[in-house]
Amino acid sequence: MSTRLAEGGRLIDRSQAVKFTFNGKHFKGFAGDTLASALLANDQMMVGRSFKYHRPRGVVAAGAEEPNALVNLGKGGTFEPNQRATTTEVFDGLAATSQNHWPSLEFDVGAINTYLARFLPAGFYYKMFIHPRPFWKYIYEPFIRQSAGLGKAPKDRDADTYEHFHAFVDVLVIGGGIAGLAAAREAGRAGARVMLIEQTADWGGRAVVDGVKLGGKDAGVWVKDTLQELETMPNVDLRRRTMGAGVYDHGYVLAYERLRDHVPEMDGPRHRLWRIRARRTITATGAIERPLSFAGNDVPGVLLASAVRDYLVNFGVSVGDRTVVVTNNDDAYRTALALHSHGLIVPAIVDARPQGGGELAAAAKAAGIRVANGMAVAVVKGGKRVTGVTLCLQAGEGAPLEEIACDCVAMSGGWSPVVHLWSHCGGKLSWDDDQAMFRPDAGRPPTGADGAPMVIAAGTANGHLATAGAVADGWAAGLAAAKAAGHAGKTGTAPKGEDAAAAAPLPVWLMPQGASYAKRSKAWLDFQNDVKVSDVQLAAQEGFESVEHAKRYTTLGMATDQGKLSNINGLATLSNALNVTIPQVGTTTFRPPYTPISMGAIAGVARDALFQPVRKTPIHDWHEANGADFEPVGQWRRPYAFPRKGESVHDAVMREVKNTRTNVGLLDASTLGKLVVTGPDAGRFLDMLYTNMISTLPVGKCRYGLMCNENGFLIDDGVVARIDEQTWLCHTTTGGAERIHGHMEDWLQCEWWDWKVYVANVTEQFAQIGVVGPKARDVLESLGGMDLSKEALPFMQWADGKIGEFDARVYRISFSGELSYEVAVPASQGRAFWDALLKAGEAHGIMPYGTECLHIMRAEKGFIMIGDETDGTVIPQDLNLGWAISKKKDDYLGKRAQERSHMTDPNRWKLVGLETLDGSVIPDGAYAIGDGVNANGQRNTQGRVTSTYFSPTLGKGIAMGLVLNGPDRMGEVIEFTKGKDVTVKARIVDQVFYDKAGEKQNA
Amino acid sequence: MLTLECPYCGVQADETELSPGGEAHLKRFGPGSDIDDFEGYLFMRENPKGVHFERWRHAYGCGKWFLAARDTATLEVFGTYPAQTTEPPQALREAISAKRPGWRWRDFA
Amino acid sequence: MKHYSVFAVAREALRQHTGWDRAWAKAEPKKKYDVIIVGAGGHGLATAYYLGKNHGIRNVAILEKGWLGGGNTGRNTTIIRSNYLQDPSAAIYEKSRSLYETLSQDLNYNIMFSPRGVMMLAQTQHEIRGYQRTAHANGLQGVETAFIGPDKVKELCPIINISGPRYPVLGALWQPRGGTARHDAVAWGYARACSAMGMDIIQQCEVTGIRRDAGKVVGVDTTKGPIDCDKLALVTAGHIGVMANMAGFRLPVESLALQALVSEPIKPVMDVVVMANTVHGYMSQSDKGEMVIGGGTDGFNNYTQRGSFHHIEETVRALVETFPMISRLKMLRQWGGIVDMTGDRSPILSKTPVEGIFVNCGWGTGGFKAIPGSGWAMAELMAKGASPLTEEFSMWRFREGKFIDESVAAGVAH
Repeated sequence: MSTRLAEGGRLIDRSQAVKFTFNGKHFKGFAGDTLASALLANDQMMVGRSFKYHRPRGVVAAGAEEPNALVNLGKGGTFEPNQRATTTEVFDGLAATSQNHWPSLEFDVGAINTYLARFLPAGFYYKMFIHPRPFWKYIYEPFIRQSAGLGKAPKDRDADTYEHFHAFVDVLVIGGGIAGLAAAREAGRAGARVMLIEQTADWGGRAVVDGVKLGGKDAGVWVKDTLQELETMPNVDLRRRTMGAGVYDHGYVLAYERLRDHVPEMDGPRHRLWRIRARRTITATGAIERPLSFAGNDVPGVLLASAVRDYLVNFGVSVGDRTVVVTNNDDAYRTALALHSHGLIVPAIVDARPQGGGELAAAAKAAGIRVANGMAVAVVKGGKRVTGVTLCLQAGEGAPLEEIACDCVAMSGGWSPVVHLWSHCGGKLSWDDDQAMFRPDAGRPPTGADGAPMVIAAGTANGHLATAGAVADGWAAGLAAAKAAGHAGKTGTAPKGEDAAAAAPLPVWLMPQGASYAKRSKAWLDFQNDVKVSDVQLAAQEGFESVEHAKRYTTLGMATDQGKLSNINGLATLSNALNVTIPQVGTTTFRPPYTPISMGAIAGVARDALFQPVRKTPIHDWHEANGADFEPVGQWRRPYAFPRKGESVHDAVMREVKNTRTNVGLLDASTLGKLVVTGPDAGRFLDMLYTNMISTLPVGKCRYGLMCNENGFLIDDGVVARIDEQTWLCHTTTGGAERIHGHMEDWLQCEWWDWKVYVANVTEQFAQIGVVGPKARDVLESLGGMDLSKEALPFMQWADGKIGEFDARVYRISFSGELSYEVAVPASQGRAFWDALLKAGEAHGIMPYGTECLHIMRAEKGFIMIGDETDGTVIPQDLNLGWAISKKKDDYLGKRAQERSHMTDPNRWKLVGLETLDGSVIPDGAYAIGDGVNANGQRNTQGRVTSTYFSPTLGKGIAMGLVLNGPDRMGEVIEFTKGKDVTVKARIVDQVFYDKAGEKQNA
Repeated sequence: MLTLECPYCGVQADETELSPGGEAHLKRFGPGSDIDDFEGYLFMRENPKGVHFERWRHAYGCGKWFLAARDTATLEVFGTYPAQTTEPPQALREAISAKRPGWRWRDFA
Repeated sequence: MKHYSVFAVAREALRQHTGWDRAWAKAEPKKKYDVIIVGAGGHGLATAYYLGKNHGIRNVAILEKGWLGGGNTGRNTTIIRSNYLQDPSAAIYEKSRSLYETLSQDLNYNIMFSPRGVMMLAQTQHEIRGYQRTAHANGLQGVETAFIGPDKVKELCPIINISGPRYPVLGALWQPRGGTARHDAVAWGYARACSAMGMDIIQQCEVTGIRRDAGKVVGVDTTKGPIDCDKLALVTAGHIGVMANMAGFRLPVESLALQALVSEPIKPVMDVVVMANTVHGYMSQSDKGEMVIGGGTDGFNNYTQRGSFHHIEETVRALVETFPMISRLKMLRQWGGIVDMTGDRSPILSKTPVEGIFVNCGWGTGGFKAIPGSGWAMAELMAKGASPLTEEFSMWRFREGKFIDESVAAGVAH
């Protein structure tokens, strides 16, 4: 059984017990435990079920590479699925449940799949479930979906918060093992601004666990000394629980700091996403031990040798009383020696190498441990827990030689440098035959904005598996990175590491090498996704020869650990099956993040109201306080209508239209874009931007202008006012200000850069209020001030002056067809002016109105709306706006495009008014049905509705639409789609339904 | 995540401060121009895998448009320069030649 | 070719699966083919398949620089829908969707087409009107869609927050027979069927030159030597510009990075595909249980298959807002592909200035859903010289301004 030893455990604090639950059972751990170590300390060996076959799964690793020990953690707003127990620090009150089983972890119905495994090889689903066709959607797929997935879905809203930090550093060191520490210290000494991050809660990495010597000192002492020096450096920032998540172009690195996953009661954000720009990044990310592929290597109790050692040394946990060590390299002997020194039994070290190991092997033998060279595990005994192993010759086919009873198997298939971050941004790898591993190819590094290498791999992550090489490599990387970042201060000498003389590892990709199909189909490569040696071999047999094909066909390496344990073993298996070398097969692409990071952290603080900033006019608060029904328009939220208590939105709109048409309405038009264009060449410039002539507009007058893009399509419209000899004020649509300002700057800076023109966006400097309706003048005049009479300020003119106490610029323009003044006042006075108007208007029946009322009134008047009558495919000529296209100008943006044959085609749909025969409202978006069908069998059309409303003024439905030869077909009745097989008949009429002569707006 | 130096304000600007604006050094063809020329101006693009010249605006900075020479296959930036020119500066062209001998982009080399 | 069925799997299970053949044959180039297709992605393979199946043209080679299905076919978010606005788009995408319905049976390969329904959220008044318009158009185009209200949205997808403070969900365009399929399987299924018809799929074979004689194509140069052909189809998505350059013409296409990501797998929680265009994000849940998420493209030319992280941020932010529960899921993997964008964001299926060369490109962010229809139409164009499905997608449409513009939201209202 697995248990806590009476003493030992360098990371735990035995004086601080913590209580937690697993599947409702109460357990005890210590501060410093991971959930995995605490579970093992309580003899909870089985922790979950695998993805496909629902086989029992136990902890196999001790770090980020863990594929099995995934749990549902927490509840309610802090629930999280798929948490790795090996990287979850326990805390008092932690509640975890295991995943992917029903009804319980111990008895899982889905485990029947393991008995059906022979019918469910790699890619089985591509070959099955084809007939009968409806069964896939209704039967097979729902079943597969239910049995797939891992953790439960969160239900509640996330109770935690997240944040983003930025950092700019010379040297970012990822990994706080001895190589990373040496690198950070040297770069720091050189004077570089350094950030050193470590994904776990502790510094020192493997060296401390393994107790190696550095400069004559214990690794633990060296780490402590080095940290002390780093902490005194003001130019060095040290962060634990911070993982290098991804390396991106131009030195951009994402780091993921888990601030309070281990202390949930603490205040503040849960995770912090660091966006770092680093001149140089050092990846000192260590190495991951590989499993060995033998039958039954997935039985709970089979762990990586290094993990067994970690649990023992770091947490004082023995995974088993009797541990068989099986290896192809020297490192695993450390596990045997550690177990032995803790008084635990190691019945045998099974070393696949015929010649055995080096100094560590000699030490094991000297300690009295049996070492079996040239041997292999034929099969592991046990179901939910290891009960023993059968040994055989590695060179043979697996004939059993002897059985050894044990409750733990510690396996080591060698080590793979963690090259993920090196590879994210294009760093290439080379195959190291001697050490049987991929390592960063320093000759083909990821390059930055300047084309120079931007990442330096260091230590074991760079293929220096031994202490001396690793620490010296880290030191050199720190120096090189600081130098590359322009820092060359006084530095120290390389630390010296000491290593036992090791024998070469033997690449072992299958154990025994001639294993039968029965064994190969029980030798797991990917523990979570249930991919076995036989599956990869089947993929190769079926022609899935590319490593990407094999991966996707078998799902190897696609689990939540992204193949940290399985990838190399898998591609070695593939290369053997294809009879090519491993480098010929190559690796799959390493993609960020290194381990999964929370969506919450990626989103940061941008949630709810902060998701996207809301732009507010100076009058916004009044709208909110007075029950406005808002609609999002661009980044603004504009009042759609102002329903009164007990009034529906529709009724409110009808009331607002009627009141504005008979009395007076008030519109907050502040969102309209306002661009000041000034300079000696401003007139010439605006003549190029607008389709009509702007330069000839007299000072004091307004003109409606149209703007097209170079493709000829209408992109914006608005009233332009000539302010003085060389200044114009251009109104744009709501939300159009920034876009049109950018458009103007583009042409000014990139095409006509010698023209003398300035553009300023003054949209937010002014509040603009429409006072609209027959009594508009009365309201304004009652405030006193400037002369607003018809004579002093006729339609389509503007004037500056005072209205009451307010500095005002008054435009006599109308988007409703009514007598209308649009009054701009400084933004700071906007709300006061609004209030004053409401007060002054009381006697005249003034009411505010919203965007829907605005829409209806402009439709009644036959005015177009950008976004309704236009959709990016409409040219002014389609909208009968030929009068707004100057014939005198040689050029304007879009003119050449409008000369193209498709634009001058007489059969383009043109704008008309539409009136239903029955008075009903044509639905939004309806199409006019044409005769017959086209070559693709689609019903022909002859037009479509662009704006359609119930007009309270006319008491019936009105619409505008684009219709084939429309203006030539006045009076003709055509049919529009209304619903499934339902149509509505409408007559083609003039688009102006209200006050055709314009008497009201001119009044 | 690119960084480009804005040639106006000198800031090493992060991509999030910038707006991309497509291919650089397009010659505008207006009314009366040949349809081939007009089509080329509006639609045909070099889209090279390698050295490319493109427009950027320091939209959330100084607001200026500038041009950049960049390798679309490696994202290496050879240099940036103000937009008020019809061709890349000679010094920049030489700098590209030093790193990508024999490069060619439209009529520039 | 061995027939795939549950019985075949059972039979093989009893003999340790030793009887399975290669899904597609290993092939070395012959000296000459009737048709060479450059690019063994979904579109290239489907073109070959329908050339053989519909037109009896089987002396075909499909050349692939890397591994088949390894480009955008294998890195998209697998959404299938045909709720397009413009007639030419709706025609080819609906043809495609309808072919997907029976593709598993046609190919004898389970491509896992799952018509789970696709909804496009309307979150502004403007979007409501736009999607209502699409629904009306679809009705006349023979595409089954409907505009549904927020309650129905919530019923179909309970994890949606329909009353978000910034952009409440006001309705959606719903296509009940849209859905997803297993992207790799589409490529593999077509490859297997092409191979069974005797076509040569030649992987690791990069085209280095296109040989022409008197304005007509005569063959290609490749890393495996020269190969002659009568007709040549260029179907290389993001690398189409490089191909056009070899053939001596230019295309109105730019190559941009598009990114996607998946979460860790969880138990089923979302049965439909949701696209939220106002906030720029879309999401579905795969059969494995991962939330599959996509967003917008980078704005600059890029051939690296890596995008900029701020797009991932924007997408995730948008989706956390739309589906608050995903905040506590974790991003498992992000990746990028290179998409080819045309001047109107619609594809090009066309003859070219060189006789015998055809081009199929410009699928931009939406190519996967079009694979069967694109192959069907392209095959017809190549075999007969014309196809009603490709008629409007000519590479010359830009000259005279005859665009197929699906992005009808050009401006916002006053």
